[in-house]
Amino acid sequence: MTAVELTPPSPAGVPPVPATPARKVSHRSPARLALRRFTRNRLAVVGAVVLVAVIVAALAAPLLTPYDPTAVDLGAFRQAPSGAHLLGTDSSGRDVLTRLLYAGRVSLSVGLLASLVAVAIGLFFGAIAGLVGGFVDSVVMRATDIVLSFPSIIVVVVLAGILGPSVTMLVVVMGATNWPTAARVVRGLVLSLREQEYIAAARAAGARTGWILMRHVVPAALAPVSVVATLLVASTVLNEAALSFLGLGVQPPQASWGNMLNDAQNLTLIRTMPWMWLPPGLAIAATVLAVNFVGDGLRDAVDPRSGGGAR
Amino acid sequence: MLAFVFRRLLVNVLVFFAVSVGVFVLVRAAPGDPIRVMVDPVQMQTGGEEFIARKRAELGLDDPLPVQYAAWFKRALTGDLGTSYVSHRPVTEVLTERLGPTVLLMGTALLTAVVLGLLVGTVAAVRRNSAVDYGATVLSLATISVPSFFLGIAAIYLFSLTLGVLPSAGMSTPGGGGGSSDILRHLILPAGILGLSLAGPLTRYVRSGLIGELGADYARTAEAKGATPRRVVVRHALRNALIPLITVLMIYIPQLFGGAVIVEQVFAWPGMGQLVVSSIAQLDYPVIVGFALYISLLVLVCNLAADLLYAVADPRVSLR
Repeated sequence: MTAVELTPPSPAGVPPVPATPARKVSHRSPARLALRRFTRNRLAVVGAVVLVAVIVAALAAPLLTPYDPTAVDLGAFRQAPSGAHLLGTDSSGRDVLTRLLYAGRVSLSVGLLASLVAVAIGLFFGAIAGLVGGFVDSVVMRATDIVLSFPSIIVVVVLAGILGPSVTMLVVVMGATNWPTAARVVRGLVLSLREQEYIAAARAAGARTGWILMRHVVPAALAPVSVVATLLVASTVLNEAALSFLGLGVQPPQASWGNMLNDAQNLTLIRTMPWMWLPPGLAIAATVLAVNFVGDGLRDAVDPRSGGGAR
Repeated sequence: MLAFVFRRLLVNVLVFFAVSVGVFVLVRAAPGDPIRVMVDPVQMQTGGEEFIARKRAELGLDDPLPVQYAAWFKRALTGDLGTSYVSHRPVTEVLTERLGPTVLLMGTALLTAVVLGLLVGTVAAVRRNSAVDYGATVLSLATISVPSFFLGIAAIYLFSLTLGVLPSAGMSTPGGGGGSSDILRHLILPAGILGLSLAGPLTRYVRSGLIGELGADYARTAEAKGATPRRVVVRHALRNALIPLITVLMIYIPQLFGGAVIVEQVFAWPGMGQLVVSSIAQLDYPVIVGFALYISLLVLVCNLAADLLYAVADPRVSLR
């Protein structure tokens, strides 16, 4: 679209430029190129497919299973997989497949919400640090160092121990401990953008800081921030699972992939009833792996220079 | 250099102070009455309220918060973190006896991770874009994607319950004086799983760092002067690639502690993580606070070490 507008007007007398090259150029917009690079990455595509499947299955849970995820049926407890219960039942007679599907909703929304909180805080502080600079910048950067070095698991463990576990606290704490990654990315971006000619041109044309932020900084930040957000979802889903496993996250009877494994902490159950701990564990692993693949693919797609490097 | 060290030290002390205030306020604002947990139900029925009031005054729980904090901080400075509500022993003592197992677990895990990360990362970097590299990338992503508690349960299922070759819980066989080889057998599964979670990211750091160094001019010069490929990698490139790795390790140690809490729970390893999880169930606030302070100290020391080591190891780093 923009590429077409940028084609220089043909001088009088010269036949107009054929349309084909212009169309070719329009196919090479950054977004298109990124999408092409993404789809060429086999792992990323597989990850995206798995992720979509998991999301659809979680959303369509009521259609896929006739059972209630929290309905206790003591007449049918700890049953092995069968036609009626495809993945068997747990210690309270609840259908494991049903709980797995509904748990997906909880686990995915906690992960998504927490990383959105983190990215929102990170965008704010990163932009401030980059734009204001000086003392504010160094304070924010020291803060990111320190916050980042406190593992969110430990912070949640201590806070859950004192305030009592809750999903809200999980989201807030994981947001509050993970914002530095986004903040650093945004700050670095703002610092480099500040030196760009087109920003100087916008400023010279009389654009205010707010306009530059909304028109130039935010669109430029969108791609790298979405990469950070995606990779954050992977780690927040994993952390939620770990904390729910410890009994400090999502509380039963509400199902989450982590607390489904919480029941599997005795040896007899581990040995004789693998249907209780294997499915939720595999669900976490597959989802997190898929999100990581998508995140990696996105990073390489929006920034080809980074090429599979360390995070 | 000295000014740099001093400034960083000052920042860390301030942060530690802030964390201690935060933790203390949280604890005192917490729901649940620690005294009621201490008093046994029988005592509650026979003149319990009076006993509780006396105990509250005794523990200073009725004083204003700043006063409580000042008193607590003064005692904390001398290593007195209070008494556990559950075991009635000094918190420092309770925590310190759990420190050994945790350090052993984390140390072994760290060693495993460094060895694995260096080996796999180097091979992946040297054979870049080969099947080995591709496999290493997928595997390292897998190790950070599979939750350690699930891996732990699966390992117990396979090695302890099905094959019966390794113990599933604890640090030593109950009643058996197995000595250090017994502890080692108990250590393999938890330390291996904890180590794997760190080996993934380390592999990626080693790989990308080494690829960067191998592309540097000095590596090409060494090659042009007739150094064998092996020598270029081991003696030239790897040495420089290791510099940022020191910092990365320091930053990952606190994260490793987070992982240790979970692994200790799965394998009933008698470390600090297991202690804090059980303390939470028993509302043993002094132990939770002590734990939070120990961890904060560990985090800040690692942070400082990361800064300093980076500056010492790489002379190109300018100290701000």
